[in-house]
Amino acid sequence: MSVKEGLLYTPTHEWVRVEDAEAVIGISFFAQEQLGDLTFVDLPAAGAILSPGKEMGSVESVKAASDIYSPVAGEVIAVNGSLENNPEKVNISPYDEGWMVRVRLSARPAELLDAAAYEAYVLATPH
Amino acid sequence: MKTVFAKSVPGRTGVLPPSPEQSVSDMLPADLLRRKRPALPELSELDVVRHYSLLSHRNFSVDTNFYPLGSCTMKYNPKFCETASALPGFAHTHPLLPQIEGGEPFAAGCLKAVWECERLLREVTGMHAFTMQPMAGAQGELTGILLIAAYHRAKGNKKTKVICPDSAHGTNPATAALAGYEVVNIASQNGMIDPDALAAVLDDSVAALMMTCPNTLGLFEAHLPLIVEKLRAADALLYYDGANFNAIMGRMRTGDAGFDVVHLNLHKTMGTPHGGGGPGAGPVGVAERLAPFLPGPRVVKNSDGSFGLNHDLPHSIGKIAPFYGNFAIVIRALAYMLRLGGNGLARATSYAVLNANYMRARLRDHLEIPYDRACMHEFVASASALDTYGVHALDLAKALLDKGFHAPTIYFPLIVKECLMFEPTETESKETLDAFCDELIAIVERAKKNPREILDAPLTLPVRRLDETRAARNMVLTEA
Repeated sequence: MSVKEGLLYTPTHEWVRVEDAEAVIGISFFAQEQLGDLTFVDLPAAGAILSPGKEMGSVESVKAASDIYSPVAGEVIAVNGSLENNPEKVNISPYDEGWMVRVRLSARPAELLDAAAYEAYVLATPH
Repeated sequence: MKTVFAKSVPGRTGVLPPSPEQSVSDMLPADLLRRKRPALPELSELDVVRHYSLLSHRNFSVDTNFYPLGSCTMKYNPKFCETASALPGFAHTHPLLPQIEGGEPFAAGCLKAVWECERLLREVTGMHAFTMQPMAGAQGELTGILLIAAYHRAKGNKKTKVICPDSAHGTNPATAALAGYEVVNIASQNGMIDPDALAAVLDDSVAALMMTCPNTLGLFEAHLPLIVEKLRAADALLYYDGANFNAIMGRMRTGDAGFDVVHLNLHKTMGTPHGGGGPGAGPVGVAERLAPFLPGPRVVKNSDGSFGLNHDLPHSIGKIAPFYGNFAIVIRALAYMLRLGGNGLARATSYAVLNANYMRARLRDHLEIPYDRACMHEFVASASALDTYGVHALDLAKALLDKGFHAPTIYFPLIVKECLMFEPTETESKETLDAFCDELIAIVERAKKNPREILDAPLTLPVRRLDETRAARNMVLTEA
């Protein structure tokens, strides 16, 4: 169980790193661990408008396919295109090389969990 | 083992087909002629016979081994169904015959067989009418949702959503999305559809709810009457996914229970071996108010007792598949129903449910059963407790292969971690079920004492562990 300090999390296992008016989004260590080896990552294109709690893409592993929900409101300004050919980066480095999109925020992120709250949430989730 | 292409030797031939009487270039326009020879393997007849005989020996089928693949109903299919479908009158009739002018009487037996199969399926399901066209379960689902869309369109309803519980089959949300609907997921409560969760998302924009009953946990949806009532109030229809029909066949009629549309997987439930990718049949039954939208042509019985085709269906959604679906599968289903009769179908279902409950009771002290109560035709266990030994559901599945058993379905449904889903079916004896349970229990014990043994399985098959991740990431779908 590995939760990175300094990030914000969602109950659907996405993480956000807020950098002033921008934010970077990915999925948590727990999420990739539950999914197993990823085989496919489907991300929104630059320019896409994201809303909190709405589907922004999906990840697929040999076990299952799962939607990714945007934790924030904003516009996608950069996409980690390397995940298309190297989805395993999400497994190996979910918080760094496995980042998914960079967003220009249109509102301050709200109702997200800090690292401690997310860790407690994951521990309480039957798995 | 080499592929048939790798075994090819230039110039080697098998049977020589007769040469055409005139040159091919005289019979076909020049632009349709091949410029170079097709890249077909060149082999003798014996090479081909040996190649496919050896391949068939490597095949794993219910004719040789127990196959408890959950939600797939890999039951044994009586051989008389094969005999019936191979009768020359069925096998050699051209499907266009009843569609040419004056041709119907020459295909009367075939038309009657389709009509009779429809009639018996109506009786078994309590639905008003059937189409036999869809050629697989997923195509049946799409047909069903297109029928629902046609119904709402005809009524002027503005419907945009389809509700899929998280315990439904994975194809359900895919079907709804393919038909252009927004998919709304609802979470189960204690292994069942939660009527409150349904109420929270149910409004006038909901076209239908797609239900798998019993659901993928093998549990019967206990709130069914309440769900029917709620959906009716919103003019939303109730869809029955027939993948688990083997749990209710002959014991409960979907039409009586309030379902509006049902698809059946004849290749699972009624007399057709499957698992090799087809052929299948996914006929769809509907309530009376949806009957005008069924695909055509429809087989009809005329007032003089003769059989024909009705093409005059102005409200039909159109053809879903050529002709009358997979006709030979329809014949197998008809033979199956006639041979078993109503009581026989009900008994088959009882044994399917009994066998699943017997296995569940035998395994409960050895694997976690998250919903440990009377199940229907299948049940779900979890290998989570073996996490500490580094052993997972996948490893148990691989170890079973070494013991001559097909693995259960694993990692589905998604709502149970480290999931193993068992469906023994009615055709297995107590001795087979015991042998399987004994081996699985022994594997679980070995996993605790010597996990390496389980992680290394399978050891006895033509191939060891396949690299599924690499296969999915780097697909090679053609012969190099």
